[in-house]
Amino acid sequence: MSHRSTDQAVFWIMRGITYFIVLVIGYILFDIVRNGFPAISWRFLTGYPERSGAEGGIFPAIVGTSCLVMGAILVALPVGMASAIYLSEYAKQGVFVRTLRLAIVTLAGVPSIVFGLFGLGLFVLFLGFGASILAGSLTLACMILPTIIVSSEEALRAVPPSLREGSLALGATHWQTIYKNVLPYAVPGMLTGSILGIGRAAGETAPILLTVAAFFLPKMPRSIFDQVMALPYHLYILATQHPDSSKVRPMQYGTALVLLVLVLGISMGAIVLRSHFRKKYRW
Amino acid sequence: MVIPMADTQDLEMKIQTENVDFFYGPVQVLFGITMRIPARQVTALIGPSGCGKSTFLRTLNRMNDIIPGTRLEGKVLIDGRDIYCNGSDVVALRKKVGMVFQKSNPFPKSIFENVAYGPRIHGIRGRAALTEIVEKSLQRAGLWEEVKDRLEISALDLSGGQQQRLCIARALAMDPEIVLMDEPASALDPRSTARIEDLIGELRRHYTIVIVTHNMQQAARASDFTAFFYEGHLVEFGATKQIFTMPREKQTEDYITGRFG
Repeated sequence: MSHRSTDQAVFWIMRGITYFIVLVIGYILFDIVRNGFPAISWRFLTGYPERSGAEGGIFPAIVGTSCLVMGAILVALPVGMASAIYLSEYAKQGVFVRTLRLAIVTLAGVPSIVFGLFGLGLFVLFLGFGASILAGSLTLACMILPTIIVSSEEALRAVPPSLREGSLALGATHWQTIYKNVLPYAVPGMLTGSILGIGRAAGETAPILLTVAAFFLPKMPRSIFDQVMALPYHLYILATQHPDSSKVRPMQYGTALVLLVLVLGISMGAIVLRSHFRKKYRW
Repeated sequence: MVIPMADTQDLEMKIQTENVDFFYGPVQVLFGITMRIPARQVTALIGPSGCGKSTFLRTLNRMNDIIPGTRLEGKVLIDGRDIYCNGSDVVALRKKVGMVFQKSNPFPKSIFENVAYGPRIHGIRGRAALTEIVEKSLQRAGLWEEVKDRLEISALDLSGGQQQRLCIARALAMDPEIVLMDEPASALDPRSTARIEDLIGELRRHYTIVIVTHNMQQAARASDFTAFFYEGHLVEFGATKQIFTMPREKQTEDYITGRFG
């Protein structure tokens, strides 16, 4: 085989693999939309589940997942950003910081059920929060912290050192330099990376399974110490725990579609935010 | 080594260094630099790449502090005060000693905000006061006429030469007494370079200027005093005219006549 045809063959294999992946994802999406769309109705989106989810709506699960995501953002975003600022701007780069980074990256690879167990042990039992929005949000926050820290650090590193030097040379303190001449340019990147991580967390079942999610709870939460239903867990229940799961198939697909739209919506939000900031700041 | 001081004897001294050694980790890059830099004159630091002239410049406003693992021995006195002694205020020092970098580094903000950055940091809030400082600084940097109608555009939309003059204006906005310039024209075309040199000529009446340059003609044209560095040593320091016409040291003569470097 000549060089040219080898080149061609490799190219076509790569192309084939890429198309195959797109095809698989496309089919999954198509299947969910086709089967889920007929289930979507006003009643489905705003109603309470009836007969163990076989009828009625998924409103409590939508509210529950929204609460959990919001809580996770509120906790993880400030903590993660602060850690990233410390690691990249203040910490003396050495063995300790390298070890810390390695630990954070490793944490990102820990299976989500382990986070669930950790949350159960620490928040639910030891700290006595019980199965609650608080415990679930904190568990999700722990899970997405590594993503937030890593992407925030990347965003900080992308700000050219000459901007820090220029600011310091004008007599700005370290913190003034970070606050006025580094963060404004890094925040868009920090936010988008973080939001993408949060979108993933919204669809996780394992961490909330043990810390917050209720099997069936047709009422609204009143405080952060209440249990809630959540979309991924509801989906899991409908798909595996229902006595006659083929009967609730439209409900499964409808729930999957809503969850998908929610996660895509969060990701889209990140993309819009990024392009907005890109126009505002550039260097 | 003889360090002639005769030329500067009757001038007021702004900066004095005594036996300055400087280390990057275990590597020593400056050896016993003793130098007296006169006030309101232009002093050029010349020498081949890696001779330590930029490092020396950055010891004068303690910009080397931000590089981990560096160490300085000896004394650097500005107005008779040791800037490396305990309790010396780096922020106050850098307010007094402005710096212009080799690669112009305008902040990705408007022209106005670039110049107002320093004054804002140091607590000036009023719009009128800031506007006045911005105008005065841009005028001193010779940029006012070109940008006065578009102070709100991004500094990154200016040409390379304009960006460097903006950086000079930004340094002047702090009302410094000393301005350090690290090869300020090395990335610019000849016309922009000429403008920067003219500007240095105008600024010398108000400020003590220390400029690192690779360009021998630039040193000869724009400076009053010249220091020749070689391999971390200060080989010769004297009036620019003397250095370029009658260098005392053989190494200086070889360098300025282009025999090495």
